[in-house]
Amino acid sequence: MKILRLIPLLALLIIASGVSANAQCKAFAKKECLPELGTYTHDGNYHAAVLVEGEEAELYKTFYSDMEYRVAIVGEDKLPSIEFKVMDSNKNVLFSNKDKDFAKTWDFKLQSSQQLKLVVKVSSFNKSGDTPASGCVAIMFGFKMKK
Amino acid sequence: MNKKDRISSVILVVFVLAISLLASCKSGKKTSGQEVTLDVPKDNTEVLQDIKQAQKIFEALPSPLESAMLIKSAGARFDEKLLNPVSSVSTYVTNKSMALNLGIYTCDLSFASLYEQTQLLIDYMNAAKKMADGLGILKAIEQEDIDKLEENINNKEVIMDVVSQTFMNSNSYLEDNGQSATASMVLVGGWIEGLYISTQLVDMKEFNGNKLVGRIIDQKLSIDILLSLLNNSKGNPAVDELMTQVLKLKTVFNKISIQTGPVKTEFDAASNTTILKSEVKTDMTPEVFKDLSAVVAEIRNSFVK
Repeated sequence: MKILRLIPLLALLIIASGVSANAQCKAFAKKECLPELGTYTHDGNYHAAVLVEGEEAELYKTFYSDMEYRVAIVGEDKLPSIEFKVMDSNKNVLFSNKDKDFAKTWDFKLQSSQQLKLVVKVSSFNKSGDTPASGCVAIMFGFKMKK
Repeated sequence: MNKKDRISSVILVVFVLAISLLASCKSGKKTSGQEVTLDVPKDNTEVLQDIKQAQKIFEALPSPLESAMLIKSAGARFDEKLLNPVSSVSTYVTNKSMALNLGIYTCDLSFASLYEQTQLLIDYMNAAKKMADGLGILKAIEQEDIDKLEENINNKEVIMDVVSQTFMNSNSYLEDNGQSATASMVLVGGWIEGLYISTQLVDMKEFNGNKLVGRIIDQKLSIDILLSLLNNSKGNPAVDELMTQVLKLKTVFNKISIQTGPVKTEFDAASNTTILKSEVKTDMTPEVFKDLSAVVAEIRNSFVK
C-alpha cells in the first residue's frame, strides 16, 4: 500500500510542473515579447504557450480601422525560427514573416475593420533522432490611434 | 506482485493519466483533439469550422483597454453616469460576479483614463483591485501600481502602461492557474461594458454616418470569437448561462449585414507599415440598433446587479 501514499505527491508534482511552465511563459512574454511592442500600447491581453518543434498555433482577432497595430511574436532561444503568417477571412495570406527574414514584428493598419487569423509555426531543426525542442512562444498586440 | 499491489498499480496508472489529462487542459486553449460543439445558427459558423486545425488556439477578444480606446477614437463624449458605480463593489461575492465586474471595472477605468478623469481612474483601479483580490489573483493590482498612477497622473504613457500591465497580470494569472473559465468571464465583462457604453452614447438624432455606430457594427466580427472562447469552458454552469445570453445577442447581430471586399496590401516604406485596403458595406437600421441596445443593456445590467 506504500504506492497509494505516493499518489498525492505525484499529483502535486505533475500539476506543479504544468503551472511552473506556464508561469515561466508569462515571465518570458513580459521580458522578451513586451519590449518588441516599442511605442505601441500593449492591449493587456496575454497569449503564450509551450510549443514543440513543428507545432502550430492559431489566433483569431478582430482589428479595427481606427487603429494602427503591431503584432509581436517571439519564441525562446532554444527553439528554431518562429514562422508566422496573417490571413484574411478568405484565407488569403496578407503577410508572412518568412519573406522578412523571420521578423518578430509586423506593423499594419486597416482601411476597414477585419477579423484576421494568425498562424504561428515553430519550424524544425530537422535533426532526426533528437528529442524535439520545446519552449515558450508569446504573441502580443500593441496599438495606437491612427494619426 | 500480489493482488493488492496489482490493484494499487492500476489505481496509480489511472490516477496519473487523469491528472496528466487535467494538467494538459488547464491552459484554457483548445488542442486539436478536443471536440467543439456549439449550438449556433448555421449561416455564420465559418470561424468555428476553422477552429479545429491547429494544436493551440487563441481567441482574442478586444481587451477592456482596446474597447475604451475604440470609443474614444470614435469621438464619443465621457459620461460618468454610464460607469458601474464603485459603491457596488461589496455586492459582488460570487466568482462569476467578481470576474465579470473585474472586466467591467477595468473597462471603466480605461475609459476614465483616456478622458483624463484622474480621480475616477484611481477609484476604479481600487474597485478592480478588490475584484482581483476577491478572485485570489495574486499581485494583479498592487498598492504600488495605484501609487504609481497617483504619482504620474498627468503622464498618459505611464497610465496606459499600468492599466495594460495590471490587466495582463490578472488574465495571465487566471490562465496559468487553470482558471480559463474565470479568465473568459473577465474578458466577456469588459467587452460587454465597452458595447454598453458605446450603445448608450449613440445620439439617435445623428444615427446615420455616426462613427460610433460603425464601431458597434464592427463588434459583430467578434461575436463568434467570444462564443468560441466560452465554449472552451462549456459545462461550467456560470459559463453556460453566459453562452445563453451571448447567443441572444448574436441573434440580433445576425440582423446586421457586413460585406467585405477582397483585401489588398500596400506597403508604406516611410512608416514601415502595411496598409490593408478593402471596401466594406454595412447595414444596421435604427430599429435593429434599438434591439441591440436593449439586449446589451439587459445583459450588462444582469452583470452589475
